[in-house]
Amino acid sequence: MTSLSLALAHSLPEVTLALGALSLLMLGVFFAKDGRDWIISELAIVVLGLAFLQLFLGIGPKVVVWDGAFVDDTYGRFMKGLALIGSLVTLILSMDYMRREKIDQFEFPVLVLLATLGMLMLISAQNLMALYLGLELMSLALYVIAAFHRDNVRASEAGLKYFALGALSSGMMLYGASLLYGFAGTVSFEGLAAAIKGHATVGVVFGLVFVLAGLAFKMSVVPFHMWTPDVYEGAPTPVTAFFASAAKMAAVAITVRIIMTAFPGVTAQWQQIIIFIAILSMALGSFAAIGQTNIKRLMAYSSIGHMGFALVGLAAGTQQGVQGVLVYMAIYLVMTLGTFAGILSMRVGDTYVEKISDLSGLARTNGPMAFFLAAMMLSLAGIPPLAGFFAKWYVFNAAIQANLYPLAVIGVLSSVVACFYYLRIVKVMYFDEAAAKFARPSMAVSAVLMFASLLIVFFAFWPAPLDAAAAAAAKSLF
Amino acid sequence: MTIGLTHYLSVAAILFTLGVLGIILNRKNIIIILMSVELILLSVNINLVAFSSFMGDLTGQVFSLFILTVAAAEAAIGLAILVTYYRNRGSIAVEDINMMKG
Repeated sequence: MTSLSLALAHSLPEVTLALGALSLLMLGVFFAKDGRDWIISELAIVVLGLAFLQLFLGIGPKVVVWDGAFVDDTYGRFMKGLALIGSLVTLILSMDYMRREKIDQFEFPVLVLLATLGMLMLISAQNLMALYLGLELMSLALYVIAAFHRDNVRASEAGLKYFALGALSSGMMLYGASLLYGFAGTVSFEGLAAAIKGHATVGVVFGLVFVLAGLAFKMSVVPFHMWTPDVYEGAPTPVTAFFASAAKMAAVAITVRIIMTAFPGVTAQWQQIIIFIAILSMALGSFAAIGQTNIKRLMAYSSIGHMGFALVGLAAGTQQGVQGVLVYMAIYLVMTLGTFAGILSMRVGDTYVEKISDLSGLARTNGPMAFFLAAMMLSLAGIPPLAGFFAKWYVFNAAIQANLYPLAVIGVLSSVVACFYYLRIVKVMYFDEAAAKFARPSMAVSAVLMFASLLIVFFAFWPAPLDAAAAAAAKSLF
Repeated sequence: MTIGLTHYLSVAAILFTLGVLGIILNRKNIIIILMSVELILLSVNINLVAFSSFMGDLTGQVFSLFILTVAAAEAAIGLAILVTYYRNRGSIAVEDINMMKG
């Protein structure tokens, strides 16, 4: 095979998404009436599904293509699979919501496709330039869809906040990238690892810190989390689900990849930073969510806390730790999508409600939904035998194997504190006076909620496939 | 006195600091935030081109061309979001961006 066709073969999902996004945009421009969605969302779901299936084609050893900018390995395919599932389910959840809120323009699925393309490029990035381009393609599309409800003042404020802080963070990441390039003399991750083996100059450490700060913003971990609650609350709910699922997968994937392939020689330097932000995120995620009344805002703090837990596995810096992060992200993806399907089912008449008090007495008005949502909450809290417990068990186990006892203890303590607000939602649903009855949610939304709950509840009986896939993915990174 | 790499790096570091301070300390107008973002990106470009020229390696210059392109797209999107915000809120003062708190 020539090098071009080899490169195209190894980036087939990306090529599919790029071509799909462009042709759907043309279809929308020429055929959609009044710019309404028509069948663009359905076609976008097909494109995403196609890209997902292509991940299973020709799994081989690690291959680097496109002049060392793009790597195709098991790790990348695992995380791309998660990101594609996140985008696909987001689109399924969005259709009914967008139509009811009268913002069902065909640009939305196109932008989701472009953001997903950025995520896949980001996950496979093998040098700083590819990292920057992937990150920006993802972020630029996300800025727009955060403000997608453009007649709504809260949505445009969310978009504006996300844009201002996002631009600052990519500026910081770039400054770090320029320092790394200057002091190590290369932009490729493997070249960086060879150049800074064992002796980190001040310039390299500065570069590392700036790059991690930029990535921490995208993962929304403390101290770069300030945008998260506001953007989650203001953006349309399906967009929030997209931010909390697919975008998080890509950000965590590239952070783990850059640390493990470019900085294995300076473990002491990055480990302190990761431990620091993991502890702060877990603590803030647990305490700040207690006083929240808006469930989207509560999910924002919850996601900050969960990113902290996932980073505990990364802080261990071992293959077992990376496997823990991968398992954690997979389970977190299912829990988030399920919870957001629940939030999208909270509709009284024609208006979507998002107060926790709106859930009062749900067990009496809609028993199955209360049960599924309660399963989600207990799993997010990490209560055995639900999947969320095993996710935490993997990362804390990795931290203990790496002798990070204080980190594991702080993690367990903050997850105990976090239990309070998850259990409060269960209590509100089961023991409070019944509030207004919710309207019947669309088939797709109920199906996602039910399917996610079943996965969470029955994961304990059949954890082997995920465990094996994550182990193979983690192995390909070392 | 010859101008060396250190001078370029110092200029870039000062510009970068000014840009970050402009975003953090600015209490007036969102346009100033957009200008500060451009300042940060240009300081990065100075860094990259200086390193590239002193190492005799072209990668840095290619990188800075990519940054220029993306910065243009970023500014366009930023202004577009700003316009929708102004239509809804009737103001672009930083202290008015306070619909959501806590």
